[in-house]
Amino acid sequence: MKDEVQSPEERSAGLKGMGCSRKRVEDVRFTQGKGNYVDDIKSDGMLFGDFVRSPYAHAKVVSINTAEALKVPGVLAVLTAKDLEPLGLHWMPTLAGDKQMVLADGKVLFQGQEVAFVVATDRYAAADGVEAVEVEYEELPVLTDPFEALKSDVVLREDLAGQSEGAHGPRKHHNHIFTWEQGDKDATEAVMAEADVVAEEMVYYHRTHPCPLETCGCVASMDKVTGKLTLYGTFQAPHAIRTVVSLISGIAEHNIRVISPDIGGGFGNKVGAYSGYVCSVVASIVTGKPVKWVEDRMDNLMSTAFARDYWMQGKISATKEGKITGLWCHTTADHGGFDACADPTKFPAGFMNICTGSYDIPSAYLAVDGVYTNKAPGGVAYRCSFRVTEAAYFIERMIEVLAIKLNMDAAELRRINFIRKDQFPYQSALGWEYDSGDYHTAWDKALAAVGYDDLRREQAQRLEDFKAGKTRKLMGIGLTHFTEIVGAGPVKNCDILGLGMFDSCEIRIHPTGSAIARLGTISQGQGHATTFAQIIASEIGLPADDITLEEGDTDTAPYGLGTYGSRSTPVAGAATAMAARKIRAKAQMIAAYLLEVHDGDVEWDVDRFVVKGDESRFKTMKEIAFASYNQAIPGLEPGLEAVSYYDPPNMTYPFGAYICVMEIDVDTGEHEVRQFYALDDCGTRINPMIIEGQVHGGATEGYAIAMGQEIAYDDMGNHKTATLMDFFLPTSWETPTYQTDHTVTPSPHHPIGAKGVGESPNVGSVPCFSNAVHDAFRPFGLTQSHMPHDHWRVWKIARDMGLHG
Amino acid sequence: MIPAGFDYHRPAELDAAIGLLQEHGDEARVIAGGHSLVPMMKLRMAVLSHLVDLRDIPDLQGIEFGADSISLGAMVTQHELIAHAGLAEAVPLLREAALQIADPQVRYLGTLGGNVANGDPGNDMPGLMQCLDATYKVTGPDGSRQIRARDFYESAYFTARSDDEILTRITVPIPAAGTGYAYEKQKRKIGDYATAAAAVLVGEGSASIAMTNLADVPVWSAEAGAALAAGDREGAVSAALAAIDPQEDMRGPVEFKRHVAGVVLRRAIARALSRVAG
Repeated sequence: MKDEVQSPEERSAGLKGMGCSRKRVEDVRFTQGKGNYVDDIKSDGMLFGDFVRSPYAHAKVVSINTAEALKVPGVLAVLTAKDLEPLGLHWMPTLAGDKQMVLADGKVLFQGQEVAFVVATDRYAAADGVEAVEVEYEELPVLTDPFEALKSDVVLREDLAGQSEGAHGPRKHHNHIFTWEQGDKDATEAVMAEADVVAEEMVYYHRTHPCPLETCGCVASMDKVTGKLTLYGTFQAPHAIRTVVSLISGIAEHNIRVISPDIGGGFGNKVGAYSGYVCSVVASIVTGKPVKWVEDRMDNLMSTAFARDYWMQGKISATKEGKITGLWCHTTADHGGFDACADPTKFPAGFMNICTGSYDIPSAYLAVDGVYTNKAPGGVAYRCSFRVTEAAYFIERMIEVLAIKLNMDAAELRRINFIRKDQFPYQSALGWEYDSGDYHTAWDKALAAVGYDDLRREQAQRLEDFKAGKTRKLMGIGLTHFTEIVGAGPVKNCDILGLGMFDSCEIRIHPTGSAIARLGTISQGQGHATTFAQIIASEIGLPADDITLEEGDTDTAPYGLGTYGSRSTPVAGAATAMAARKIRAKAQMIAAYLLEVHDGDVEWDVDRFVVKGDESRFKTMKEIAFASYNQAIPGLEPGLEAVSYYDPPNMTYPFGAYICVMEIDVDTGEHEVRQFYALDDCGTRINPMIIEGQVHGGATEGYAIAMGQEIAYDDMGNHKTATLMDFFLPTSWETPTYQTDHTVTPSPHHPIGAKGVGESPNVGSVPCFSNAVHDAFRPFGLTQSHMPHDHWRVWKIARDMGLHG
Repeated sequence: MIPAGFDYHRPAELDAAIGLLQEHGDEARVIAGGHSLVPMMKLRMAVLSHLVDLRDIPDLQGIEFGADSISLGAMVTQHELIAHAGLAEAVPLLREAALQIADPQVRYLGTLGGNVANGDPGNDMPGLMQCLDATYKVTGPDGSRQIRARDFYESAYFTARSDDEILTRITVPIPAAGTGYAYEKQKRKIGDYATAAAAVLVGEGSASIAMTNLADVPVWSAEAGAALAAGDREGAVSAALAAIDPQEDMRGPVEFKRHVAGVVLRRAIARALSRVAG
């Protein structure tokens, strides 16, 4: 036999297991246009739904006249809140403990809000029907500023009138949602009062949007014969959606099958429940036909979940030598018209309390006030783990502000404040236990890789040249050392609507030694079918190419909480390794029996169990698989399969060191990213090529956010950035070139030591790009200028600093 | 983002196209590359019952060289402009500008005629045509007439063309050999309209300057051209800036646009001067 002559290394390479840059198996279909997305789903008699949306940001809905719409050829029905009310479906619960109108119930709270749902035989007729619905509005005063909203007499949510207690404690004002406090306020303020130096700044992380290439959508299909509802959709958490649909519709959960087919990017936008899902389900129940609803780009940018919009007032204190003593933060969080953040239940501001970052800060205090305004709801984790991006931006800006105050080099300030390697596991002042890290090693490697000292010398020379009139370009060096907190999470403190945030994997080995694995997660482009097969390959010695991965069908996959917050590898990846280990344990018994030795007398060797001390006697996993389908061991049940539901003992804490060199034209506000270096430490690396791809994609989103991408409203609450003309998505032309690097500090509590990487580059790159802009203007006295750093805003910095002569 | 229903016509003769416009009046519009009209239809900001596609009409095609001018069919695409070697040699400014319009996919369909006829102040070609002193040929029920690009634009989306006329050809004078040229455009990203753009031609004792997306029409300034022809760069810039009237939008406030307009124009002038030959 061939494999008898192969070395263990050769056999291992043949598995394409962990550490291998295996090509993505998904790409065979994606690159040939053979993907199967929600909008590809077609069935006989399928109907289409489309929304009438509010043109106003705040208005009473006086009347809705559907008569003309119902005359449009092809239009079958127009649903309004009045039609949903008898079913109790005119409002729905949000993931944040609030409730949200499915269709306008007497008023609208943001421009683009769903007012009526037109159901028609095709999407063209549906669009014509939308045009024909007549809605009479009575405009109300608009609140777009969260600070104004907290002072205003205007009541946005009459439905909450008199409720002084919200889902997360007391409400201070009729437009106030919650206050969330972490850390020791008195101790932190005492430290600040005695500190040598205190730097204070307002750091705003503007409103933006995940804007996945594929928008949100679904196909609801109620089979009136079987009573079974099948719901295809762009769901990042299909099982949770099934439970939510059951709870709010009253349909028994076993009669609901949720399927997430191929998904074209999620980035948090596809975690929540949307009106389109509820209306499609109702329309299908009413008509008995499948009903499809798919957003267009404007619908997506105007109504489904936005991200960020955090006003973070910060104070950071230090000794005159630069040792940080305390961090204080008060955040005003603009949640829009409904609190529809997707966070674990006990964390109304997500993991914002990771805002002490990579630094050993003895005292810290954080308070977050959530506020209602006349903007779209959301506040989701746009390629980040529940507000980690806001936290990372905040601390990485505050470090820079402190460096200015201390007149210190920001790289050195970071170095003297990093949590040391020997301090892990590290207990942070705001309540987290960091699992592992080696920040100094990563930092030194990054600074050396870019030639940091030379860059600073070049920058100093450039400044002289600028002042001498020899150039109109400034050079900025952006630094960031971020620490993420991902892999939510331990069921003891992380749940969504009471569902613990474990995840799952079920593996079945076929007789001929191939396998199928099903997970509770769902890929939206992450490459799960590629990487999870690699974990199994390494754990049980079957080639990754012989392992099928399935996700997204709640009738077949084990229950899990889905894919967001970089949780798939930390949680479902761990479940995958644990399930594989159960299989290997049974295989060991079978191998020992077949080899006529005790279980303890065989040992694992890549893809086989070998009798200790005698390499010639072994049973390969393939042989064991076949044997398991007969009476391998008398009395032992046949088959070779296992399932694991993994409740992680802790979060994982990936980290990274990013450095950006930017050229800035002070006359036009234009910029050029000359260099972008990204060192990521995500623990054990499963597929280096996919990691690199994740870093490129996440850093490109970060680039967009920092340099131009925003959701903007005017004072009337009109959405100003609802198309891709004004909402910045970089093309290949604008996208910087990236230089990736890594260190490896495994997670001590994860079965394979992996920490997750998908979101690190978004979290780390935003402050890095932003810090580069700030750094360019530091010699002229700039301490803070809010993102996005588009041309005119950068130009305005230069103007305000008097650089235009 | 779904347009209201409409009838699609694709005449093979210019007369037939004009006939359709006469027959349907306000209900009909011609479509060239569709990059401006189709989005407006999808947003239902343009609702029309008849769409008259011009792509099969031979009179609107082709690039023809005359002794001292070039005749460009209205349906010539930006891609054809870029790919035509003779054109690049004779009027390199055209190619330089066309390369800064959107992206290759848009340029395969987007036409010169559509770009200049729509009257969108964001389009690059109107200012360019004013700089080059091009002439548009429009044909209607009463025959054809020629309109100088410099006289064509009245306000945003309003031009000297009547609703029942079709812009069929564009005549571009060939600049004298050795004329310096530049099209300088600042934009937020590929595919965006200009934050500010400037077209400059400068030769022996002559110059022409036009600017894009800085007013509700393209801005060609005779004074600016005269100043540059006389060697007064800053005079040229002052004159051009006096003629612009930018509006605030997501690209930035008025003060920013005014400043950037000056920067972009100075750069265009410098590059054009550096290219003056002989």
